[in-house]
Amino acid sequence: MSILLETKGLTAAAEDKELLHGVDIVIGEGETHVLMGQNGAGKSTFGCTVMGSPEYTVTGGKILFDGEDITSETADKRARRGMFLSFQNPVEIPGITLSEFLRNAIEQQTGKRIKLFEHKKNLAKAMEVLGMDSSYADRELNVGFSGGEKKKAEILQLLMLRPRLAILDETDSGLDVDAVKTVSKGIEEYRKSVGGTLLIITHNAKILEELRVDRTHILSNGRIVREGDGSLALDVLANGFEKYLGEV
Amino acid sequence: MKEKTQVGDIDRSLYDFRYEENEGDFLDRGLTPQIISEISDEKNDPDWMREFRLKALDIYNRTPMVEWGASTEGLDVDNIVTYIRPQSRMNTDWNNVPENIKETFERLGIPQAERESLAGVGAQYDSELVYHNVRSEVAESGVVYTNLESAMHDERYAEIIRSHFMKLVPPTDHKFAALHGAVWSGGSFVYVPKNVHLDIPLQSYFRLNAKGAGQFEHTLIILEENSYLHFIEGCSAPKYYEAGLHAGCVELFVGKGASLRYSTIENWSKNMYNLNTKRAIVQENGRIEWVSGSFGSHVSYLYPMSILNGRGASAEFTGITFAGEGQDLDTGAKIVHNAPETSSYMNTKSISKSGGKSTFRSSVAVNENAVGSKSSVSCESLMLDNISRSDTIPVIDVKTDKCDVGHEARIGRISDEAIFYLTSRGLSEQEARAMIVRGFADNVSKELPLEYAVEMNNLIGLEMQGSIG
Repeated sequence: MSILLETKGLTAAAEDKELLHGVDIVIGEGETHVLMGQNGAGKSTFGCTVMGSPEYTVTGGKILFDGEDITSETADKRARRGMFLSFQNPVEIPGITLSEFLRNAIEQQTGKRIKLFEHKKNLAKAMEVLGMDSSYADRELNVGFSGGEKKKAEILQLLMLRPRLAILDETDSGLDVDAVKTVSKGIEEYRKSVGGTLLIITHNAKILEELRVDRTHILSNGRIVREGDGSLALDVLANGFEKYLGEV
Repeated sequence: MKEKTQVGDIDRSLYDFRYEENEGDFLDRGLTPQIISEISDEKNDPDWMREFRLKALDIYNRTPMVEWGASTEGLDVDNIVTYIRPQSRMNTDWNNVPENIKETFERLGIPQAERESLAGVGAQYDSELVYHNVRSEVAESGVVYTNLESAMHDERYAEIIRSHFMKLVPPTDHKFAALHGAVWSGGSFVYVPKNVHLDIPLQSYFRLNAKGAGQFEHTLIILEENSYLHFIEGCSAPKYYEAGLHAGCVELFVGKGASLRYSTIENWSKNMYNLNTKRAIVQENGRIEWVSGSFGSHVSYLYPMSILNGRGASAEFTGITFAGEGQDLDTGAKIVHNAPETSSYMNTKSISKSGGKSTFRSSVAVNENAVGSKSSVSCESLMLDNISRSDTIPVIDVKTDKCDVGHEARIGRISDEAIFYLTSRGLSEQEARAMIVRGFADNVSKELPLEYAVEMNNLIGLEMQGSIG
């Protein structure tokens, strides 16, 4: 198994405050990892830093993707390498339709023009998987979308962009049971059709039910405090973080 | 690491091109009664027009320079050649248009646009119409689309022109209206008879092409009762080092129950002073729709005005302004509600970047007799960096309490979150910014005919080029 993503002693800061203190994570190609931790542990900071958010400055350590050091690369270059982050709070972009945005993003990533007809066909297919009404394609990106609709639109992007690594930042939070099912279905479809690698940041057992989790990482105060296999995630969800945090 | 945004020079080579002019074609550079008379001679003006020009020159000399808006300091009108003799006379056959002029228009895409969807082209090169054509079916419907000079000499239209010319925008309006009255040259005359509904738009595409040249075209459009017209005006000028001036004038007369849509994309080179005056008067149940995209120019003063003069008349103004480095664009719109149950809607967007300044002025006046009228003004500004500026100056003057007037303004910036979101999908920072700006301008693009919407998107793309460091 080859390593797809590796962080080595990753430290990151926002506005001069260090939030990650030397995080080491190794994710093999095709694996599914879960990143857990209490609120404020640094999970989103980790996801965003790995994706190249300018909000966070890497102050030490390295991020390797496919063996290459991408620590100083901009987010668009990382995306073109096949990285994807599903946002916790997707941004609204008025005046640009979801369909137009996706076509543009796919063209930028692949460097190839995609015919409108073909694009619409692919989009309709992906929307069907997620039970999304086809009218969403012509709605302005995330504008006026409910929380659930925004999360579905993120998973739709995942299916359309077909990244090698998908980081899902609490994509299932704030969703009702049916919406969580839909999101799970989308993730399953991604696994099936792309065979991609997943790093799932979650508090929710539901989303993990259908997935075979290879590895669980528990983050506390910007440090990995415990790692284990899939059963660790389920244990945390059943019994809470307390006993693991005490081990530090 | 956070990267700073830097903006480089814009590659305008697509739009900034010109051909050498013949030095011998210039008249004197100053503005004197003699020059005005020479213009009259050249155009074979009827007596009333000769007098009109000279009176306007007199008003011009007596009227002080505009001082309330964007700075016109760099403008030395006395040194601007006001009139340039074109290299060819008016021509209705494309094959007879001189090669270099033809090539200019080819690059602007005119012949193709005309072939495909447009009813007629009145393209102005320098100060004279060099190419003019109206499709036969348009002519058969009784619609007149020609240049003012020839219409003035046609006994069928002479009187109508005399009774309408600069009646809506008199030379006393402001200094540049007076200048226009004195030196106007070229432009369009459109007459749409009663009950004629013109389905295909008429287009006029004109541009400046000589160093230091002013352009003073006059557009006069008259719509009779229950008629409909879409008129498209587009401008693009080559880049020069000497200050250029555009002081055109547009007068629109919309009859009872008639409807006129007036679309403009102005893309002046960045040394131009664009001091343009546009005005419409709308009779009972008539409607004026303005769609206006202002790009380019060094300084602009542009406030299309709609006078709603008959019961139930309505006006809609949709506009976008893009001010980049070294640009001070002072734009807006004015509405006068002068009859009961009139309505107006203004929706504008302005974008400023690289130190550009954009000022939006809206003026809504509701007179005592305009009972039951409604007006809504919405303006949004987007600043792309910290050195640009955007101002909104609304003026509301309401003389009756039986009306409904609303105004809202929003000023925003592109957030780092939005850029990160789009770049995380593979768009470069520049593409991400351009996409956000395109989205911001979307409500204007939607109002434009397809080829113009494409051109506007291209312009936005050009303006956004090199906007990343």
